[in-house]
Amino acid sequence: MTIDLKTVKHISKLSRISIDDQKAKKLEKDLNSIFKWIEKLNELNTDKVEPLTSIAETTLRFRKDQILSKNIREDILKNSPKDNKDYFVVPKVVE
Amino acid sequence: MKKDQYLIEKNGNNYEVVIGLEVHAQVLSNSKLFSNSATKFGSEPNTQVSLVDAAFPGMLPVINEFCIRQAVKTGIGLNAKINKKSIFDRKNYFYADLPQGYQISQYKDPIVGEGSIVLDLPSGPKTIGIERLHLEQDAGKSIHDIDPSSTLVDLNRSGVALMEIVSKPDLRSPEEVNLYIKKLRSIMRYLGTCDGNMQEGSLRADVNVSVRKLGSDKFGTRCEIKNVNSIKFMQMAIEYEANRQAELLEEGGIIDQETRLFDTKKNQTRSMRSKEDAHDYRYFPDPDLLPLEFDDQFIEDIKSEIPELPDQKKDRFIEKFKLSPYEATILVSDLETSKYFEKVIKNSDVKLSANWITGELFALLNEKNIEIDQSPISPENLSKLINLISDGTISGKIAKTLFVEMSKGDKDPKKIVEEKGLKQQSDPKELEKIIDKVILDNPDNVQKYKSGKDKLFGFFVGQVMKASSGKANPKMVNDILKKKL
Amino acid sequence: MTDITNLTLTELVKKIKSKEICSKDITSNYIERSKSSKKLNTYIEETFDDALANSKKFDSKPDLEKKLPGIPIAVKDLYCTKNVKTTAGSKILENFVPSYESTVTQNLWNSGAILLGKLNCDEFAMGSSNETSHFGNVLSPIDNNLVPGGSSGGSASALAAKLTPATIGTDTGGSIRQPASFTGTVGLKPTYGSCSRYGIVAFASSLDQAGPMTRDVKDCALLLEVISSFDNKDSTSIDFKRPNYFSHLNKNIKGKKIGIPKEYRVEGMPAEIEKLWENGKEYLKNCGAEIIDISLPHTKYALPTYYIVAPAEASSNLARYDGVKYGFRVEGENLIDMYEKTRSQGFGDEVKRRIMIGTYVLSSGYYDAYYLKAQKVRKLIKNDFDEAFNKVDAILTPSTPSSAFKVGEKMNDPVSMYLNDIFTVPVNLAGLPGISIPAGLDENNYPLGLQLIGKPFDEQGILNIAYSMEEKINFKLNTSDWWIK
Repeated sequence: MTIDLKTVKHISKLSRISIDDQKAKKLEKDLNSIFKWIEKLNELNTDKVEPLTSIAETTLRFRKDQILSKNIREDILKNSPKDNKDYFVVPKVVE
Repeated sequence: MKKDQYLIEKNGNNYEVVIGLEVHAQVLSNSKLFSNSATKFGSEPNTQVSLVDAAFPGMLPVINEFCIRQAVKTGIGLNAKINKKSIFDRKNYFYADLPQGYQISQYKDPIVGEGSIVLDLPSGPKTIGIERLHLEQDAGKSIHDIDPSSTLVDLNRSGVALMEIVSKPDLRSPEEVNLYIKKLRSIMRYLGTCDGNMQEGSLRADVNVSVRKLGSDKFGTRCEIKNVNSIKFMQMAIEYEANRQAELLEEGGIIDQETRLFDTKKNQTRSMRSKEDAHDYRYFPDPDLLPLEFDDQFIEDIKSEIPELPDQKKDRFIEKFKLSPYEATILVSDLETSKYFEKVIKNSDVKLSANWITGELFALLNEKNIEIDQSPISPENLSKLINLISDGTISGKIAKTLFVEMSKGDKDPKKIVEEKGLKQQSDPKELEKIIDKVILDNPDNVQKYKSGKDKLFGFFVGQVMKASSGKANPKMVNDILKKKL
Repeated sequence: MTDITNLTLTELVKKIKSKEICSKDITSNYIERSKSSKKLNTYIEETFDDALANSKKFDSKPDLEKKLPGIPIAVKDLYCTKNVKTTAGSKILENFVPSYESTVTQNLWNSGAILLGKLNCDEFAMGSSNETSHFGNVLSPIDNNLVPGGSSGGSASALAAKLTPATIGTDTGGSIRQPASFTGTVGLKPTYGSCSRYGIVAFASSLDQAGPMTRDVKDCALLLEVISSFDNKDSTSIDFKRPNYFSHLNKNIKGKKIGIPKEYRVEGMPAEIEKLWENGKEYLKNCGAEIIDISLPHTKYALPTYYIVAPAEASSNLARYDGVKYGFRVEGENLIDMYEKTRSQGFGDEVKRRIMIGTYVLSSGYYDAYYLKAQKVRKLIKNDFDEAFNKVDAILTPSTPSSAFKVGEKMNDPVSMYLNDIFTVPVNLAGLPGISIPAGLDENNYPLGLQLIGKPFDEQGILNIAYSMEEKINFKLNTSDWWIK
């Protein structure tokens, strides 16, 4: 399977990473060489194999329903790129 | 065509409306699904946000056992299959109020499988299939109307546990949707798994609507109307959307499978702008979590906590109290109402209690726009009022006056009766005195009555009641008057 | 006092406990040497002033019961450290200061250790040469213009150059063992679930593990004992009885069965590596171990599997770096524009390439062909090891298919760069413990390493084997201090 330029642009859109045409062409080349190598997996018949769902062979551990986290708004907002003492701020969204 | 069937008529063609609901019900819990911050509604922005909720680097989810129990409990309440193994997946998309860049949800293997809900339609019961119920995280809130140039994000809700309850496309009218939501909400309130408060957003729904020509057995293309947060809006959205689709089909058009928004100002649905950027959620099992597994004992423990649910309660009310199915349905529809009713009938006549609750009390609550648990009249005092009627202390008419008096502040009706002297006059000697005086004062009418004008009997009753300020026992007045005249 | 930096961790601990030296002496010596070694570019953030202050504080009231009393340690900049800038080698986190501490580093400080600074690494740990860091590439002390390996390249370089007595790295596909092999040091990746992932900037959640990097096996056992702990904040942390690796360390490996997997004899492997492996077998035989030929038939599929699974998880784990909550942001015309510009300029080329691979393999229509397929093959790879461990106690392989390469040599050929991890990746896919120890030199006098792979949770087993081999190999790391002028 080959990955064309249109697919590269679609993936970049899904990934929310803008790329210019030059970068897209380079990526097209890189991705094709990587996927050509990945295709090796198709040699294997895995129809009857159960996929691995977790490498840690235990089940999910439960937590009690307790409120332990206090109000840490200052900590939460202090690294925010846009200063505001109450909220995170993003460009205006129109739905 | 069945009687009362909901149909859309265009150019003489009848269209049947097919509806399925995806209800998002907030799980009642102290802390969030994967973090230990609070879930309380209405707090200051971003004050209930942990490092996990805001998706700081290296933060990891740890699941809240109570939320799992709540989901299983709800599943049991919906007569559904409980899956002892389920998987949490990541649903990947970017949005300002989705800090992780993905929502932890359940995609292929939900915690609860197929179940059902029975609706009480006027034509009889109708079973609506439940496709599945799964647990997922809520997103935060984007606020567009505080800052004119930016959108502000509050993550208090981010990570709160939701149950997504997906119905089969079994609903056929806005009224059925109304009954479905109410029944579902009632079941969850009985179970204590969701408060069902639509104003606070604890219950919201995505509505899937399609139409098909009457008689067709193939489903039409559906549109999904996102995030509608009141039953009224759901009904309006369905009505608008069904008409839009039917019209489009009549014009020879094709319906696009798409996501739409309901504009509550224009009462219209419209296509969402972001649709050109078709979503590809890239679901995959969350590698930060292991498969969720529990055993039969875990389910049995939860089963033992399940209270009597509306359908069972209704059967019991009919069986034990001889209520009509109609009365029983009304009384069990809300857990608090049924509790109120059961408190009143502990010491009072069942029939009278049912009448007073569904009559006077409901009217009062409606007028004040409050829920029954905020009722100004306690069940204990309503019970006393009903007993005053039963034992003849007061008349039904006085009882209504008394009820109004009680609603002003939850006073003991016996005390009001004493204070205001509202007690019924049932002493035959006293009554005779009053009646004698009335007969004496109205010789003309006595004459006319005796000469055959029977209708005047009411006039004498009225005069006696007036003279006794309404307190005279009406039955005794009748008896004595008849004798005397 | 230049000797101090020549001492091993264990020797330092001993000397501190016997009060021969104090924490301040050790700390100031390492600070001095670090300051004169800027050419290697090992540090992203230096916390020398705080380290010195903390060492004095320790000396004023020394707690000699601790396992790492007053020992200064620099750590990979993938660990979140409270109030100390944490970048993961990325521009997108260039100014990020966590308000929290990772569990693994907290364990270090709880044991008496003192933070010296944050060490350079490949951006988000994606790389095998430490050339993808936003803060520039790291040089190996082994030779001018040589890469130290990656992604824990800064850690390996700092350790080999004696800028820290020991360090901790993270290993997703070989990121501890490969740089250890390149720099003549010891690096161990524990069993998945042994060290908590809480507070470590995530790359691929199902593969990431923290681990010690040290000058010898004894140090490695001591440091592993400190950092490995069960942690409720990480759902994948495993609650098993952790032995005292250090006190249980011994050279009695008589009768141990060591497997030699034939599939690791890859095409084009240099003869000197073949020789190294042969020597390793001889040493083991001399120690009384038994050598057994085994087969791990799916080995050749490990790298392609890894390059599906790791990027898929990474594409989702890195979605949180969106310019909203922390880190770098480029303003845009709208939300999407802001995301796209921020992520395009905030991530380097290798990270973007892997996000794109991951997004692609999870996207609609490709999930089954790639991601699901990879998870099935991963199961087969794990089964290979399970089967092998029915016959043997541990497995011996080379750590890498070649010695360290020159800066820039493989940057334009991602696949040849990826091939570097061919012997280490299967261990992560199967969640097993693996250790790389220095075992010899190539024709350029560049170090070469051998890897021991153990059964799940049998870190003690491979540590003991490594300890025995270490004595026989008697490797001496000689650096000329060429970078100090």
